[in-house]
Amino acid sequence: MNNAVVLPLLIPLLAGVVLVFFSNVRAQRTISALAALLNVAACAYLVQQVRTDGIQTLYMGGWLPPFGIVFVADMLGALLALTSAVVMGACLFYAFRTIGEGRERHHFYALAQFLTVGVIGSFLTGDIFNLFVCFEVMLISSYALIVLGGEKRQLRESIKYILINIVSSILFVASMAYLYAALGTLNMAQLAVRVAETGQGGGLNVVAALLLVVFSLKAGLFLFFWLPGSYGAPPSVVAAMFGGLLTKVGVYAIVRTFTLIFAYDPGFTQPLIEWMSIGAMTLGALGAVAYRDVPRILIYNIVVAVGLIGFGLSAATEAALDGVVFYLLHDMVAKALVFLLGGWLMTLAGTDRSGRMGGLIEKAPALGWMFFATGMAIAGVPPLSGFVGKLLIVQGGLEGGRYIGVAVALATSLLVLLSLTRLFMSAFWGEPKSGEPASVVPSGLLAPCASLLAIVALLGVGAEWVNAYVSLAGEVLARPELYIEAVLKE
Amino acid sequence: MRRMKANDVILRTVAKLVVFIILAFAAHLFFAGHNDPGGGFIGGLVTASALVLLALAFDLKTVRKVVPVDFRIVTAIGLLVAVLTGVGSFAFDQPFLSHTFAYKELPFLGKKELATAVLFDLGVYLAVVGVTMTIILSIGEDR
Repeated sequence: MNNAVVLPLLIPLLAGVVLVFFSNVRAQRTISALAALLNVAACAYLVQQVRTDGIQTLYMGGWLPPFGIVFVADMLGALLALTSAVVMGACLFYAFRTIGEGRERHHFYALAQFLTVGVIGSFLTGDIFNLFVCFEVMLISSYALIVLGGEKRQLRESIKYILINIVSSILFVASMAYLYAALGTLNMAQLAVRVAETGQGGGLNVVAALLLVVFSLKAGLFLFFWLPGSYGAPPSVVAAMFGGLLTKVGVYAIVRTFTLIFAYDPGFTQPLIEWMSIGAMTLGALGAVAYRDVPRILIYNIVVAVGLIGFGLSAATEAALDGVVFYLLHDMVAKALVFLLGGWLMTLAGTDRSGRMGGLIEKAPALGWMFFATGMAIAGVPPLSGFVGKLLIVQGGLEGGRYIGVAVALATSLLVLLSLTRLFMSAFWGEPKSGEPASVVPSGLLAPCASLLAIVALLGVGAEWVNAYVSLAGEVLARPELYIEAVLKE
Repeated sequence: MRRMKANDVILRTVAKLVVFIILAFAAHLFFAGHNDPGGGFIGGLVTASALVLLALAFDLKTVRKVVPVDFRIVTAIGLLVAVLTGVGSFAFDQPFLSHTFAYKELPFLGKKELATAVLFDLGVYLAVVGVTMTIILSIGEDR
């Protein structure tokens, strides 16, 4: 029993509720800033606790599993919770300057806090139906955030977004029902035990495939057709929250499900995930190179990263799983950062077409170099954070003899690098384009972006230090019995 | 529309009577929840339906006057109550969301079981009333 496990969920929940009472914008900002900082501290404390004392569990209401809901903080969940708290904090401080009073008055900050509740709840829960509930908390907040402001484009895209997510939620509930009918429990640890007992035969493989479809729809792993339109509609800070957090929750769900519950028939699941990942990497990289507007270039880069993580998961060696964790952490921070910088860039240039930008390095050198560094990090250039994860995934792929996947992963890295450097060159180099006058950029955007960039650099330079944590997370993925024992210890 | 309903004396008289019956039934459902079908969710919906009946028989302005609260705040209070009953277990060093109960001798009612789960249900009740009324009032007032 350790109540600290629920704090990362409880702090944003209470903050979100309290924020409803305040219409004063200044008070709302103070409360959300305090809650964000407090939550980072709580998550960091939890991570440290998991490191020293092993996997932490909290049996809600004192009911032991499999009868009650259990919250489990293993290293993977705790690290992802910490990263989301950090990303959310940076996005909030960016939002204070950019989001505008109209949205602030209509509960923007409360919705952002509820989004955090859903994301962190998904990372920490040990019950698969509770995972569904946390997904819904997250999705319903994201529906509101995507449509808040009521511009024509937002309204159109939110209909598609809500439609696709409702369909995938129905599939999720249906697969829960199959799972419960087949195995008689919804606790993840006990599900794993039962699957191991009965063997992962034909029927359970169907459920596994159904869950893979559900989570791929959420994560943008190959089934990402809804993603480019939806993430392009809301303001860039909301897109940063979505790009940094939402798709990664889907990725986490895939990782958790297929390392813990459906890990007993790799001959069926691994090729499925592998080919979906290869497809995602290829199509994502093509999209990133094909487009000439800032949001779409960044959005297709999300798809590439999700594909790479999926490929690491399908390789399933110890190195690859470490790489998955490392790349997941890196990608949450780097994708949020690149969207924040992209939003800044679009405000500065007054347009989202990269062809109409030029010579901005004179006007905003800090933005230019931060964008450059982030692009290098995403492509995986050595001193920065994207390198280690990608290296470990490639190493794992080579160990497993998956040469096609490795080749695609490396080739798409080049295309990612091409798409981001080309954006950098056309926006920041050359002559300033006369035409659209630059809009006024609000001050104070530097601090949140720079702190995220510092984390990106730290993840890369301090890889040795971070690896102490990441290898603990990878160990639980490689040996699910550790998780099962921690939850069902009696 | 409004002009055609100029003489709805019967509707209004019946509504005045029936609203109290519905509210009493809602209270019954709310307290029955532990041992019989019912609970905060259905109790909240039935309460909201009583208010909707008032809105149909009179108009939204009357409902605002009869129940002069901001229903968004009601929702938030409900959420707060529900979460704080969970947080309360922190003070007794119990796992989050632990609930307890005791048997107490109450005036008029006799020996009754008092459970903190009722407070959680009260939160659900307020949240459901608040959300339902917010939806109906904001759609109704949007012309």
